Amino acid sequence: MPNWTMVQAINSALSQEMEQDQRVLIFGQDVGHNGGVFRVTDGLQERFGEKRVFDTPLAESGIIGTSLGMAMYGLRPVVEIQFAGFTFLAFNQIASQVSRVRYRSGGVFTAPLVIRAPFGGGVRTPEMHSDSVESYYMHMQGIKVVIPSNPYDAKGLLHAAIEDPDPVMFLEHMKLYRSFRQEVPEERYTIPLGQAAVVKEGNDVTVFAYGAMVKVALDAAKQIEEATGATVEVVDLRTIAPMDEETIANSVNKTGRAVVVHEAARAGGVGAEVIAVINEHCLYSLLKPVERVTIPDAPFPVPKLEDFFIPTPDRVAKAIHRTLEP
Amino acid sequence: MSLVADQISPAVIDSMHQVLTPEGKVVGQLPDIPDEQLMQFYRWMVFGRISSQRFVALQRQGRIGTFSPIDGQEAASVGMAAPLQQKDWLLGSYREYLAYHVKGVPFPAQVKQWGGDIPDDYPAESRCVPFQIVLGTQVLHTVGIAQAIKYEGEPQVAVVGCGDGATSEGDFNEALNFAGVFKAPVVFMVQNNGWAISTPRHKQSAARYIADRAIGFGMPGCLVDGNDVLAVYQVVADAVARARAGDGPTLIEAITYRLGAHTTADDPTKYRPEAEVEEWEKRDPIIRYRQFLMDRSMLTEKEDKVLHEELNTEFEEAIAVYEALPPRTPQQHFDLVFAEQSPQLQRQQAKLLEALETEPDSGVNHDSSLMPL
Repeated sequence: MPNWTMVQAINSALSQEMEQDQRVLIFGQDVGHNGGVFRVTDGLQERFGEKRVFDTPLAESGIIGTSLGMAMYGLRPVVEIQFAGFTFLAFNQIASQVSRVRYRSGGVFTAPLVIRAPFGGGVRTPEMHSDSVESYYMHMQGIKVVIPSNPYDAKGLLHAAIEDPDPVMFLEHMKLYRSFRQEVPEERYTIPLGQAAVVKEGNDVTVFAYGAMVKVALDAAKQIEEATGATVEVVDLRTIAPMDEETIANSVNKTGRAVVVHEAARAGGVGAEVIAVINEHCLYSLLKPVERVTIPDAPFPVPKLEDFFIPTPDRVAKAIHRTLEP
Repeated sequence: MSLVADQISPAVIDSMHQVLTPEGKVVGQLPDIPDEQLMQFYRWMVFGRISSQRFVALQRQGRIGTFSPIDGQEAASVGMAAPLQQKDWLLGSYREYLAYHVKGVPFPAQVKQWGGDIPDDYPAESRCVPFQIVLGTQVLHTVGIAQAIKYEGEPQVAVVGCGDGATSEGDFNEALNFAGVFKAPVVFMVQNNGWAISTPRHKQSAARYIADRAIGFGMPGCLVDGNDVLAVYQVVADAVARARAGDGPTLIEAITYRLGAHTTADDPTKYRPEAEVEEWEKRDPIIRYRQFLMDRSMLTEKEDKVLHEELNTEFEEAIAVYEALPPRTPQQHFDLVFAEQSPQLQRQQAKLLEALETEPDSGVNHDSSLMPL
């Protein structure tokens, strides 16, 4: 089994989807000859030709709007927006068009397309490249939001996203692109959308995370377990919309304590939704208030400040500690 | 007094591509169309006028929701759709509903959309997407469709309609740019009716003509008298042929005028002089075409009267079909979000249905004319 980075795992999924389905097209800014600014689409134009892998003019709404036209026609576009922070230029196309065409046409037209976009802090990108934008898309109706935390999941989730009959926002954390390798099967496999994964079992507290924060949560869990003897469960949400409420409820009903970690701002974020789910399904199992470790409700910090704000294992461990106090 | 927001005088419009003068005199090359088809154009235009005026009345009676009249724009609407073949695509906004009718969308399906319901019976084969609300967005969708047509190597063409106001949107400009770069088989049809609600054409763009912008996107631009159905038909047919031959997109600007209000929620006397409207009433596209048909002995006063009666009946029958539809159930609402309902939606649906059992009066107010404008 190859030992792949997330970039290689995503490239493999894209390549296999193109191979097995002529309707799959890839386009965006610099995704062709250049293979994308992160080289995620490296070699695909060479392999599948300029008709199927091509560069577009620099216009996000144009990319998404034309991809919707293609999807309504019957193709399966997989587009790349160079950075998730730039998806707002296409916000209307995503919110009112892509995610709504099934509804507004009574199911006659649908949008089986995937929007891939890198996001996330800790890699010193210029301003507005790193923002965690997932909550905006989580609040939309008719689009799924997927955020893998490792190469294996990235490949399986992307296969599932491309196969899905509905639009999927596939957000790739930049810090994960090349930070570690993992054994990834070469053959095609899918990981169902809408299912969280219990990446580490425990009995005393649950930490919910996704993307790059899963590793942070696992490191924090290790610290706590070594220091206190309590056992920590870590849940990787993987799909934040629709959220896997069952896994969240099962875990918190077992542990009675929870911490949610994300790199996005706090208000109206994924954490708020997880807490609402806990409130609905686990209120009487709760032993302590649920903690949130997020960046503050301020713009995503500039590179010189980001290390002050992005949740660290220490900070997550402190939050876990608070939930464990008598 | 000049027409269209101090910019385009009648003399200038008359110097554009024109087959019929406002008086119905033939001044240009007649398109090669059999008489039967020439009559069909007239029927469509009259149906447009009848439906537009009847829809306004129905809205006032609370039988449909907010409606956008198309009075005065029948020639542009018919001329943009008539050259298309069945497998071609046509997208537009609410002001293109008559063009959709010409393209083959069953009329009751469109009434449903005006009635505030989900238009779930636009047949996929009509290759029209339920008319767009957010202006300019459909222009990009159409370019994507045209790119897909080209990718599949099909001989089809995609045509998109929008108004002069929509040309200020970023999506319109991105769409023309993409179409130029990818040489997509698409025709952009701008119905410049002089007004975007209360904003006159010259406040949308400092360009002399919207069609002038084509050069910046590397495609031909074409101006046409939008109240001359034969002229519009000819320029659209030429642009469609060009696209079908693989020669890329064309931008067409049809100069027309919105004789009515923007919508049933709008009062145009607040922002435009009555004299301007009167000037344009003299250029009414139906009067012109009717005269042409009469001069060719294809239509008599008596036949015209019968035709109006027939089309009135056709409209009323479509309304009857619409009004006899079983009411939509709230359950269906949940089935149209995803191909498969998420567990959340399943729970939310169950909760709603449970609530409805104890609220027998909930949701029964179907008066769709309550828009507080």
